[in-house]
Amino acid sequence: MRSQVRCDPPATSTANGILMSYQFDTLTLHAGQIPDPQYGARAQPIYLTTSFVFKDADQAAALFNMERGGYVYSRIANPTNAVLEERMAALEGGVGGIAVASGQAALHLAITTLMGAGSHIVASRSLYGGSHNLLDYTLPRFGITTTFVDPRDLSAWQAAIRPETRLLFGETLGNPGLDVLDIPQVAALAHAHGLPLLVDSTFTTPWLLKPFEHGADLVFHSATKFLSGHGTVIGGVVVDSGAFDWAASGQFPSLSEPYEGFHDMVFTEESTVAAFLLRARREGLRDFGACLSPMAAFQILQGLETLPLRMARHIDNTRKIVAHLASQIGKGVAAVNHPDLPDHPDHTLAQRLLPRGSSAVFTFDLSGGRAAGRAFIEALKVFSHLANVGDAKSLVIHPASTTHFRMSDTALRAAGIHPGTIRLSIGLEDPNDLIEDLHRGLTAASKV
Amino acid sequence: MEIEVLEQTTHLYMGGKQQTIAAIPQQPVVVFIHGAQQDHSCWGLQSRWFAHHGFSVLAPDLPGHGRSAGEALPSVEQLADWVMALLDAVGVEQATLVGHSMGSLVALEAAARFPQRVDRAALLGTSLPMPVAPMLLELCRDDEPKAAALINAWSYSPSAQLGGSPVPGLWLIGMNQQLMARQRPGALFRDMSACNAYARNPESLAEIVAPVLLVAGSADRMTPLKAARALLEHIPQARLTTIAGSGHALMAEKPDAVLDALRQFIAV
Repeated sequence: MRSQVRCDPPATSTANGILMSYQFDTLTLHAGQIPDPQYGARAQPIYLTTSFVFKDADQAAALFNMERGGYVYSRIANPTNAVLEERMAALEGGVGGIAVASGQAALHLAITTLMGAGSHIVASRSLYGGSHNLLDYTLPRFGITTTFVDPRDLSAWQAAIRPETRLLFGETLGNPGLDVLDIPQVAALAHAHGLPLLVDSTFTTPWLLKPFEHGADLVFHSATKFLSGHGTVIGGVVVDSGAFDWAASGQFPSLSEPYEGFHDMVFTEESTVAAFLLRARREGLRDFGACLSPMAAFQILQGLETLPLRMARHIDNTRKIVAHLASQIGKGVAAVNHPDLPDHPDHTLAQRLLPRGSSAVFTFDLSGGRAAGRAFIEALKVFSHLANVGDAKSLVIHPASTTHFRMSDTALRAAGIHPGTIRLSIGLEDPNDLIEDLHRGLTAASKV
Repeated sequence: MEIEVLEQTTHLYMGGKQQTIAAIPQQPVVVFIHGAQQDHSCWGLQSRWFAHHGFSVLAPDLPGHGRSAGEALPSVEQLADWVMALLDAVGVEQATLVGHSMGSLVALEAAARFPQRVDRAALLGTSLPMPVAPMLLELCRDDEPKAAALINAWSYSPSAQLGGSPVPGLWLIGMNQQLMARQRPGALFRDMSACNAYARNPESLAEIVAPVLLVAGSADRMTPLKAARALLEHIPQARLTTIAGSGHALMAEKPDAVLDALRQFIAV
């Protein structure tokens, strides 16, 4: 009997002689998807159905009482969306995910799952405008307030934490200055106070940075950007690391005390590591209803299949563009703001946290003012002038004449934006064509 | 709820029901015993069904695991004694025991030694003996994260390595990795050592009087199907249910099939 050798090494990959799970590039193609058992479809089927037929009354009751896994209604869960959720959890190194209608919906779901009126958030002041609107203007109407801090100032994070604080929140790369969030330090501070760190990882994707490996507890993405990658779909996803002990913290009754809205369920009892996801799905998706269409989930999955290839090209192209623009300083370019450059304030931190490269979205400043910015934009032929990032196509926007046009030059500078600041999102075109396009713009700007 | 067992605080999950201790013996009792480096939450779906269909469910975090106090117990025999102490603590004379992996050995040992107290035993992902490769045992002692990564990778079938969770949106490999990481330092080595050292003579299993169900995954690489078949020959009242395509993490990979097997065995 002793000859029954246990733990025979299976035929999967190894790293340093130790068996590990599948590697990132394999997971981007396969994680979460079982080839369709009925027809053998290799591509992920799009389950465009509101609801799912119960096998019998017994199974129906078991599904409603969480005695069996499965699907009831697509607002709560859908098989196409579930593949996206699992795949993102696999890529981030988490325990699971929830796909939602947009990145904004992902942020809202994370916050409202953890707290209610009277709670407080400490957030980086370098946030996407939509996130800033939600935190600064909208959530206070519902009793949730936020203190914004300089993300580079750890003592400011610490000083802003109050007894009613329930969350620390920042972006892996802040907007617009690409401040690199020191995730290990901010996470350690959060954990010392029994609080989780939520990170918006939209700009970096797990190909560039896996925030959980550095201590973050929750991650969300606007899947609209690099994850889907083609500028065709709006979507979001929130992923739980499973590492935060909500029960031990004692500050999250929504997870650790009976919930009357779902059979008095105590979520930390039901799942030691996925309590957040249980509540977010059973309450947040159910009641707020910001579910993702399965069609959109399919499009995001299609994008994810080529994420490693696209990100490598985005970053490679960006390096060439950044180097070119840096060579034009004094020749129409006043400054280039990218963490890859030694004069960026977070250059050293970026090298540590983002060894593959930091971002395909960055800003540079024209020597001229608003008028130069307008002339630059209007001369471009390849870059598309619009308000988005993370498309396969290169994108450009001039904040002083669009998103921030109401602000005076003084107010702009206070927000870290120069009247001649241009934001680029570098796509997958031939980099020489992009450089030539930028040259066209710089020439036009120089004539203003 | 938290109860005292052998003067130590024990965390007891009851399948999502809020029951008083006095109410527990009023219904048939099913005890769910988790495996090495796990806690009660590995039984979520199955234990909820029993708790909501006329059974009292006791799904403890074993000593030194999850939210239970103390240190992990060093032997399967001591764990079986502890399960009896748990029954004493809640006033239960006889119960059905359901165990997974290390927990299956605990249920087996209890069925052999305490025939009056075990009316049925379901052994999931089991093997007797349950030797642990020396390299893995050393890793459990010297490098828990690496050992846990190994165990995690070997616990799932090749297909489950790529996901397809029956519960929407969960990445099972990540779930188990985090659950193992939550346990206290030293528990993994104690658990795996207890499995490795368990040396009950298979011939002695002929004395078991309780009906026994063996549940094995056809793709289990930790406790292969052939181990369950070998055990079948030594336990007179045993029957075997094979779950096609499942690895060692049966309750997570094939929760419905496990529940169906347990229902047919227990809820009849």
